[in-house]
Amino acid sequence: MQLRRKIFDKITGFWMITSLITILSLPLIIGTGLYLKAAPLFDQQSFFSLIFSSQWAPSKGEFGFWPFIAGSLYVTVLSFLFTLPVCLLAAIYLTQFSSKQLIKVMHPVIDVLAGLPSVIYGVWGILIIVPFVSKYVAPVFNTTSSGYSVLSGGIVLAVMCIPYILNMLIEIFNTVPVGLREASLSLGATRWESVKHVVIRGNFPGIISAYGLGIAKAFGETIAVMMVVGNVVKVSINPLDAAYPLPALIANNYGEMLSIPMYDAALMFAAFLLLVIILIFNMIFRYLIHKTKRQ
Amino acid sequence: MNNAAASQTSEVSTKAALHSSQIVKIQDLNVFAGDHHILKNINLEIPRNKITVLLGPSGCGKTTLLKCMNKLTDLYRELKVSGSIFIEKDDILNTTTNIPSIRQKMGLLSQRPYPLPVSIYRNVSYGLKLKGVRDRKLINFSVEKHLREVGLWEEVKNRLNAPATSLSIGQQQRLCLARGLAVKPSIILADEPTSALDPISSKIIENLFKDIKKHYTIILVTHVLRQAIRLADHAIFMIDGEIIEQGDPEELFKNPQTEELRAYLVDGN
Amino acid sequence: MRRIKILEEKFFVFLSAFMTYSLITVLAFIILVIFIKGFNALNLDMILKTPQGGYYYGGEGGVLNAIMGSLYIAVGATLIAIFIGMPAALYINVQLVRYRRTQNTIRYFLDALWGIPSIVYGAFGFTLMLFLGMNASLLAGIITVALLISPIMVRTFDEVLSTIPRGLHEASLALGSTRTETAFRVMLRQGFSGFITAILLSFGRGIGDAASVLFTAGYTDNIPINLDEPAATLPLAIFFQLGSPIPEVRERAFASAVILTIIILAISLSARIISKRYSRSNLK
Repeated sequence: MQLRRKIFDKITGFWMITSLITILSLPLIIGTGLYLKAAPLFDQQSFFSLIFSSQWAPSKGEFGFWPFIAGSLYVTVLSFLFTLPVCLLAAIYLTQFSSKQLIKVMHPVIDVLAGLPSVIYGVWGILIIVPFVSKYVAPVFNTTSSGYSVLSGGIVLAVMCIPYILNMLIEIFNTVPVGLREASLSLGATRWESVKHVVIRGNFPGIISAYGLGIAKAFGETIAVMMVVGNVVKVSINPLDAAYPLPALIANNYGEMLSIPMYDAALMFAAFLLLVIILIFNMIFRYLIHKTKRQ
Repeated sequence: MNNAAASQTSEVSTKAALHSSQIVKIQDLNVFAGDHHILKNINLEIPRNKITVLLGPSGCGKTTLLKCMNKLTDLYRELKVSGSIFIEKDDILNTTTNIPSIRQKMGLLSQRPYPLPVSIYRNVSYGLKLKGVRDRKLINFSVEKHLREVGLWEEVKNRLNAPATSLSIGQQQRLCLARGLAVKPSIILADEPTSALDPISSKIIENLFKDIKKHYTIILVTHVLRQAIRLADHAIFMIDGEIIEQGDPEELFKNPQTEELRAYLVDGN
Repeated sequence: MRRIKILEEKFFVFLSAFMTYSLITVLAFIILVIFIKGFNALNLDMILKTPQGGYYYGGEGGVLNAIMGSLYIAVGATLIAIFIGMPAALYINVQLVRYRRTQNTIRYFLDALWGIPSIVYGAFGFTLMLFLGMNASLLAGIITVALLISPIMVRTFDEVLSTIPRGLHEASLALGSTRTETAFRVMLRQGFSGFITAILLSFGRGIGDAASVLFTAGYTDNIPINLDEPAATLPLAIFFQLGSPIPEVRERAFASAVILTIIILAISLSARIISKRYSRSNLK
């Protein structure tokens, strides 16, 4: 009996610790794996020229990632511009001004929407946003656009990220004690002034983090963006032009990557780049959140 | 027009000062939360520059009554408030005066200190800034004056820019009092202000109340009978949303007229 | 001064209300559009049949292959994720209960891990697959998705475990059980609703993810029988069919999107119900 207990204890103890270590070492394993695969690329081109060159001709062995990085940045920044006012104001309304019933209904709804697969958002983008951009937005600026554009990508990404960011903001704002709001009001602040000084200022690190994590999510989003962004290799500042973000590059070309020399290394480099950028973003903003939570 | 209004209010307030020793008068106040009748037909008067104690078991509606006075009940949509509350002759429940300026007539001290998420200095200057005061000298003067008033100046004068949360909880509560005094209220609403504090800090707050009642009317909610006996100039005893007895504390505590108060006094002691 | 303040307040309250309600409208609109578009093309064949000859030119058939493939992958991946996720979460909350700092650091890393995009997992899965000499197959897909959902499993389960009062844990130790016995006999039972929620959430994430299975699971018109056969998945079925120039096929993509949405809604709804029914803590 005692022996059986001891054996059970040993085995399960070992099982628990190995599992935890495996999961925690995942980013390291993934990073190393991708780096090793991408390494041959560094023999041919410097890291700097890989990132900032715009020459993309895989069959000639030229890999300049700038069009893809720029495309990713552009789409992400655009989506950020859309989410910034919407999420902040909606979170404020839901937690500070609206009735309790509304937030009781909205919270689960937002939760469900945050869990909707990205391909669904992509379908919606193709059905609504792409035709909208080509039929209504482009004529306003006297140009034509197929609709598969940076703008569409930005809108779809924004709509995808809104539930995610909103969820975090609501959670953060809900931690503001009622007493603090009452204190501010009793000093003669209007409700909006209280929101400004107590809710926004007091949670500034948390708000920044929520958006930071939202940006990181947008940056790595693949399918939904790829479906509406057009996927053309070029650098353009016109939001009605097509672009080719990094994740789309990886997803679109996996089929032929083994048939062109170095192509697989290039795509793995793209994945490595995504991993590093997003991991850094996550580390910074999660750190901010963890720090504020402890206070 | 502005001038006229100002002279009118000053006239009213001098009148109030001359003709009445009462600063707050509540008539037929009823508060409902859905079907729940929280406050039932409250009628009371609160004397100027005295400490009025609202006493009663927890859940009897003391805090709600206090929150009615500076309209914090607006925060809770489910509350329905009816009746009238006169503060300096101005019925704040049925008035067009804007709410922030009503609230600035009253300082609030809650059950535990809620320092704003800014520095010590900015906590005290918050109310002035809201009023639109920009003069640095005036603000500096006010911050020092009110921090001295609550006996905090010597303790914090070298770290005015430290976050207010770095203070001890007793200091925070005094800071909240200073912050409230800085908007020049005539009334201080204190909702069990010592319940989260240690005995020494509680003592400091109690003594502060005794000192400042020359200049302010203090309405203190408490369920600590001893505290009520120590501080009260006027006492109101509530149970279940109703006022059971009110009057001079000496009388009230020595010769309770009702069974409820008698029972409460016995249990409390 | 006062006028401006009141105006400012009115303006912002209105603006935030406006944003909120337009947001609700847009989000409702998404679901509505997907459902309306999809239900037109949805029929029993879609759910009950695999693609027949000429399916991709508008011929007979359905996406049963993708539905089954997605289920296989999600179930397999969830099983693996349970196998490594459940003990890991227990370890954090039982063995490490005395080390708050370590606990927090681990949670921090897990949260950061949660943010890695699925395309990166997909690319890594692909390298791993080549390294092991496998082909795109059900197994490769399962492993990749398992990597993707394990951090989610650990963190959601851990969130629930961390709310279990320490007293219970100490009581179990006081009765003479070892730490691991406490973990599996007391904590697991006590946090069982959280465990189920974690499983459902991970499952939902696994079934809806496209980018990670793009490289690793392959695509086929048949329902896979062995682990080394390629498998179709629902998100990819939607994606590929949408790329077709033939209107009938595109219609079917919308129908497939409805199927996927319903599956996801059902999963998150049951997760909600379960976590609500079993949560005794009255946190707001």
